[in-house]
Amino acid sequence: MSTGTVLRRTALHESHRRLGGRLVDFHGWELPVQYESILREHEAVRQRCGLFDVSHMGQVFVSGPDALAFLQKINANDIAKIGPGKAIYSHLPNPEGGVIDDVIVSCLRKDRYLVVVNAATADKDFAWFKTQAGKLDVALANKSDEYGMIAVQGPKAAALIELLAPAATQLPRFGALELELYGTPSIITRTGYTGEDGVEFIVPNHIVVRVWEDLLAQGRSFGVSPCGLGARDVLRLEAGYLLYGQDVDDEHSTYEANYGWVVKLDKGDFIGKPALARQKAEGVKRRLTGIKLLERGVPRAGAPVLVDGREAGKLCSATFSPSLQAGIGVGYLDQPALAAGTKVAVAIHGRDVPAEIVKVPFFSSPNLKKGA
Amino acid sequence: MYDAKTLKYQKSHEWLAADGTVGISDHAQKEITDVVFVEPPKVGRKVKQGEACCVVESVKAAFDIYAPVSGEIVAANAEAAKNPALVNQEPFGKGWLFKIAASAPAESSALMSAADYEKFLSSEAGNGSH
Repeated sequence: MSTGTVLRRTALHESHRRLGGRLVDFHGWELPVQYESILREHEAVRQRCGLFDVSHMGQVFVSGPDALAFLQKINANDIAKIGPGKAIYSHLPNPEGGVIDDVIVSCLRKDRYLVVVNAATADKDFAWFKTQAGKLDVALANKSDEYGMIAVQGPKAAALIELLAPAATQLPRFGALELELYGTPSIITRTGYTGEDGVEFIVPNHIVVRVWEDLLAQGRSFGVSPCGLGARDVLRLEAGYLLYGQDVDDEHSTYEANYGWVVKLDKGDFIGKPALARQKAEGVKRRLTGIKLLERGVPRAGAPVLVDGREAGKLCSATFSPSLQAGIGVGYLDQPALAAGTKVAVAIHGRDVPAEIVKVPFFSSPNLKKGA
Repeated sequence: MYDAKTLKYQKSHEWLAADGTVGISDHAQKEITDVVFVEPPKVGRKVKQGEACCVVESVKAAFDIYAPVSGEIVAANAEAAKNPALVNQEPFGKGWLFKIAASAPAESSALMSAADYEKFLSSEAGNGSH
């Protein structure tokens, strides 16, 4: 599908071409959906290690004496809980309780934070930040165009990172570290979007290719694979992570998305708190719910979910899960309290395929349970 | 295993063997990659040339498979339905999809030879339209 607009390219564009990546338009970015095979890339991450170019993600630096006060105001999660060297997953609520974006906030120093935002929302977020900064003594810098980002994910990720950045292997889950790579100030966080152990390198554009090539070369003995967005989407859905714009957005709240643990109503005032407090007290009318097919078939986004023969909602993300060897999906169902095991159906190609309600995440990696 | 050179092809990338067996080409299986679901047509179903009668799905998307000729479905590959990866591993062998008893055999003259299909693929690649 051509929109006539020129696609943006990451610093790794040539590397993707050379590796045979199948490049597609992803929110205006030309990125590989896969190299050889989504299934093999998925397996690499679950069994060994995968590399992802996630340079389309945005980076906003927040610094100054009021950096924490500002972040507390715009985040649903309690940013005061993280000190230097720690990161936290959070939602940016709008006044109605809807979600402007889902982000990872890293505390680099007491008065300096990094907010990693989604690609499609980076400009919207930054405009929102500027509006909300008001009289607070805070400096905002959108460095999305200057930084690239590489995710290294899988049970062998730590062993691979040890070869390139030994200091990063000491990071706990959701740890954040500022360090020099090739003489260039960089950031590594022990985060990811796959449900496996791993880190994300956040580095200036001019060293992205070197980091990528070194990870590929050093990772050969670990069976490392470059992985595309296709595998990433399957991995994150199995792990129960939200895809902003598809699973949650300005019209759907954190509670409705079943991510209530992100909202810290006891932390003080923040944007959207009254609306969220009301939702919590009254309960939600719809909830993002996981389903698993009980027969062969591949559910897709948009497929109706039938409860007692009546459409209770549509799937917003769905796929074949290689880990479960079954079709899985999440959708907002207007019966928010369905118990796991409840029998439902998904309409696929005009057939009602038997399915059941399951707890999300669909898959919890045995590799993660051990360490973290 | 069928010899790809002796098969007939249509633009939507299905092949037809002289015995009525239908599958998808090596090019198509590479394009689709990671076949995770195959829904062959029911035996006994009557189909028209060009009619969508079978579904092949990858992790990312669903693909309709079109009957290369009109006729009756006389066999469906249950093995491929059970193990969809066969379509990737052996598109001209164990990954066949169904067999059709042609009701109007003359229709197959509308299909391409292996050489013409190769030409069609290279022109398609030139247009960048896939």
